[in-house]
Amino acid sequence: MSYPIVEKKELAPNTVMMQIHAPLLTKKIRPGQFIIVRVTPNGERIPLSISGWDGDKGTVRIIVQAVGRTSTELVRLNRGDSIEDVVGPLGQPSHTGQYGTCVLIGGGYGTGAIIPIAGDLKALGNKVIAIIGARTKELVLMEDELRAVCHRVEVSTNDGSAGVKGLVTDVLAEILKQEPVHMVTAIGPVPMMKAVSEMTRPLQIRTYVSLNAIMVDGTGMCGSCRVGVGGTTKFACIDGPDFDGHQVNFDELVYRQKMYIPYEKKAMELCACK
Amino acid sequence: MSGATSNKDRMQIPLQGMPEQEPDARVNNFSEVPLGYLEAAAWTEARRCLDGCKAPCIKGCPVGIDIPAFIKKIEERDFIGAARSLKKYNLLPAICGRVCPQQEQCELVCVIGKKGPAVGIGRLERFAADYERMSGLIEVPEVAPPTGKRIAVVGSGPAGLTGASELARCGYKVTIFEALHRPGGVLVYGIPRFRLPIDVIDNEIEILKKMGVEIICNAVIGKTLTIDDLFAEGFDAVLIGTGAGLPYFMNIPGENLCGIYSANEFLTRVNLMRADLFPESLTPVFLGKKVAVIGAGDTAMDASRTSARLHPEKVTVYYRRSREEAPCLPREREHAEQEGVEFKFLTNPVRFIGDDNYFVKAMECVKMELGEPDASGRRSPRPIPGSNFIEEVDTVIMALGFGVNPIIKETTPGLETNKKGVIIADPATGRTSREGVYAAGDIITGGATVIKAMGQAKIAARAIHEYLLSKASTVTA
Ligand SMILES: Cc1cc2nc3c(=O)[nH]c(=O)nc-3n(C[C@H](O)[C@H](O)[C@H](O)COP(=O)(O)OP(=O)(O)OC[C@H]3O[C@@H](n4cnc5c(N)ncnc54)[C@H](O)[C@@H]3O)c2cc1C
Ligand SMILES: Cc1cc2nc3c(=O)[nH]c(=O)nc-3n(C[C@H](O)[C@H](O)[C@H](O)COP(=O)(O)OP(=O)(O)OC[C@H]3O[C@@H](n4cnc5c(N)ncnc54)[C@H](O)[C@@H]3O)c2cc1C
Ligand code: FES
Repeated sequence: MSYPIVEKKELAPNTVMMQIHAPLLTKKIRPGQFIIVRVTPNGERIPLSISGWDGDKGTVRIIVQAVGRTSTELVRLNRGDSIEDVVGPLGQPSHTGQYGTCVLIGGGYGTGAIIPIAGDLKALGNKVIAIIGARTKELVLMEDELRAVCHRVEVSTNDGSAGVKGLVTDVLAEILKQEPVHMVTAIGPVPMMKAVSEMTRPLQIRTYVSLNAIMVDGTGMCGSCRVGVGGTTKFACIDGPDFDGHQVNFDELVYRQKMYIPYEKKAMELCACK
Repeated sequence: MSGATSNKDRMQIPLQGMPEQEPDARVNNFSEVPLGYLEAAAWTEARRCLDGCKAPCIKGCPVGIDIPAFIKKIEERDFIGAARSLKKYNLLPAICGRVCPQQEQCELVCVIGKKGPAVGIGRLERFAADYERMSGLIEVPEVAPPTGKRIAVVGSGPAGLTGASELARCGYKVTIFEALHRPGGVLVYGIPRFRLPIDVIDNEIEILKKMGVEIICNAVIGKTLTIDDLFAEGFDAVLIGTGAGLPYFMNIPGENLCGIYSANEFLTRVNLMRADLFPESLTPVFLGKKVAVIGAGDTAMDASRTSARLHPEKVTVYYRRSREEAPCLPREREHAEQEGVEFKFLTNPVRFIGDDNYFVKAMECVKMELGEPDASGRRSPRPIPGSNFIEEVDTVIMALGFGVNPIIKETTPGLETNKKGVIIADPATGRTSREGVYAAGDIITGGATVIKAMGQAKIAARAIHEYLLSKASTVTA
């Protein structure tokens, strides 16, 4: 099968938004779910969060950051090119409900992933605050779109070129001082999700994180994606990707994410896409 | 007919050996190990089948193949006729000839097998099917005129493929939905190429397509669409053949260390994703120097033999019971041994120990002894206190059996399952608790064999046909 890219936009260096035509896929998507793509016939299967979809057009939207061989090959594709395989929606939808005040935190591609969740939470009557974290101004993604679905959006950059200078947790700390928060969801790099969970733990604020474990099938068949949660093993692809941040063994996740580094380097060295 | 050879003469003919790739050569490739009979050997082997035999083999076969009939065709050198005779009972003889546990089925009860080696029924089955395929004379089964009814088959393993074929023959428009990017189920992601070459499976899939069966890959039923959506989309019945794909772990400390795989993951990376070709194929697999495979079923044999082909220093199979209880096919254990795989019986891991980078570096084991027979009749193993010892390992592959994937159950209201998630289906029809929903294969047995999955699919297909006929007649009446 083949799945055409019907729209592509560069959001930041090495980061693109793509709309993929995959009509069968778009019928049942819920916020928080992901897809798995295989870019080429010899390609690896990699998971990507769904950052939006259009059932009428039959398109699903992804935000891709080029970090290695497969993601680089993907971001190099253009409108009109096709992806070999796209499967989904996978995983459990995010926890949505009537919480009160919700803070959604996105780092990197996670900013795209929180957009559908924010939309749902707002529609359910919650007050929705989003925090976007980035290293520098040009890496702040999707700010306008997020503003449209949130009551308030804050930005933090490491160098202070946009929003607050510092980390998302600095902004979160401020918000926690200003008002009661009933639910936090963080999607992005593991250190960020871990720091957020540590900050909300003493305050006993319900906190969800979306675990980016290494996956193969994404259907519960292999166990590549196993993560430690509350002392037991879960499969991120079917039990998650969202889990209670206070229960997650983040250190294990980081180690497991590094399992193939020598192979990843080699695959990248041999890439014509460099 | 073949009266020229008396039964006495037949019994003098020795079992015809099947040529194999030498162990030294085959550990360097993923090509098939047994090379198949040539015509002369097949003909000679066929002559070992006695005339006027009561053919207990037919009862030994889970799908009741008329075994003497196809063997006699081989003796008459009507090899194509032999293949067609097989296909009346078994849609996938090239596959079953290779992977069926014949020693526990047809060959177990073979009359001459009481005195010496049984007739090589599996080898002959494979020969006939290969002959037909290689001669390019494969017949696409005839399909009945369209009934106008549509059937969704979920999963494309042996159960799904068989069900689809049977239903297409009855004139239904069949669509297979498969979660992975390639159809075939365990046949493509689990069983290695050196036991079952991929072109054998692809060939079967081509035939299905020629029969008008549509195969939609990348569709996870329960996620992409639910069973209820399928009915809403206009399907008249659903056959579930989603297998038992959920790998078990032991729930012992250190099991999530890097370098510890389920057999499913390890085999999927190599078989489906071709990690053996990395970096030409982009999916990697980590294989260290000392590989431990836990368990001694067919999956463990496949994992250990696949490991051996990726050139570690050592591959060892650890099993908590003794050699006699090992559930794998004896021929597969022999193949593994020939390929340098070692076995440690009555040994069980109790925890895994990691290095500074969270990679497994050792495994603590305990020696086991056998106690009283358990419910399955096998003597149950128990640890010998104080017998713990440490084994240095850097890759561990867990081959402990399978549970059932929860996706369909969670998303199909009213579909009854047992405690383990196995779909409850009437063995005589494959009917589930939901009207119009039938199930076959590992999803109703929780891990069995290719031939059993096919047999159940055939039963379910027939029941679906009857169900739709009776529904049609009540509507018109
Ligand atoms: C549920 C989930 C949602 C995700 N959503 C997005 C998203 O929306 N946008 C985005 O850009 N990225 C997303 N990722 C991460 C993305 O899957 C990885 O960046 C990608 O797999 C890297 O592959 P690569 O070949 O380009 O890089 P590599 O050089 O192969 O790997 C770079 C790093 O990515 C991780 N990785 C590698 N292979 C896999 C794999 N098969 N599965 C998961 N992680 C892997 C590893 O930690 C590795 O160290 C998500 C991951 C998960 C699990
Ligand atoms: C490594 C290994 C070696 C084996 N060796 C042998 C052997 O030598 N001889 C033998 O007889 N048996 C063997 N078996 C057992 C045999 O393979 C199985 O009994 C048989 O494949 C079961 O067939 P099935 O069609 O029920 O399921 P499967 O072959 O498991 O196929 C199920 C298919 O359904 C798909 N699927 C699952 N969920 C969904 C969903 N929600 N939506 C869409 N698709 C879905 C899966 O991706 C898969 O393709 C072996 C098994 C393994 C794992
Ligand atoms: S990715 Fe294979 S089980 Fe989760």
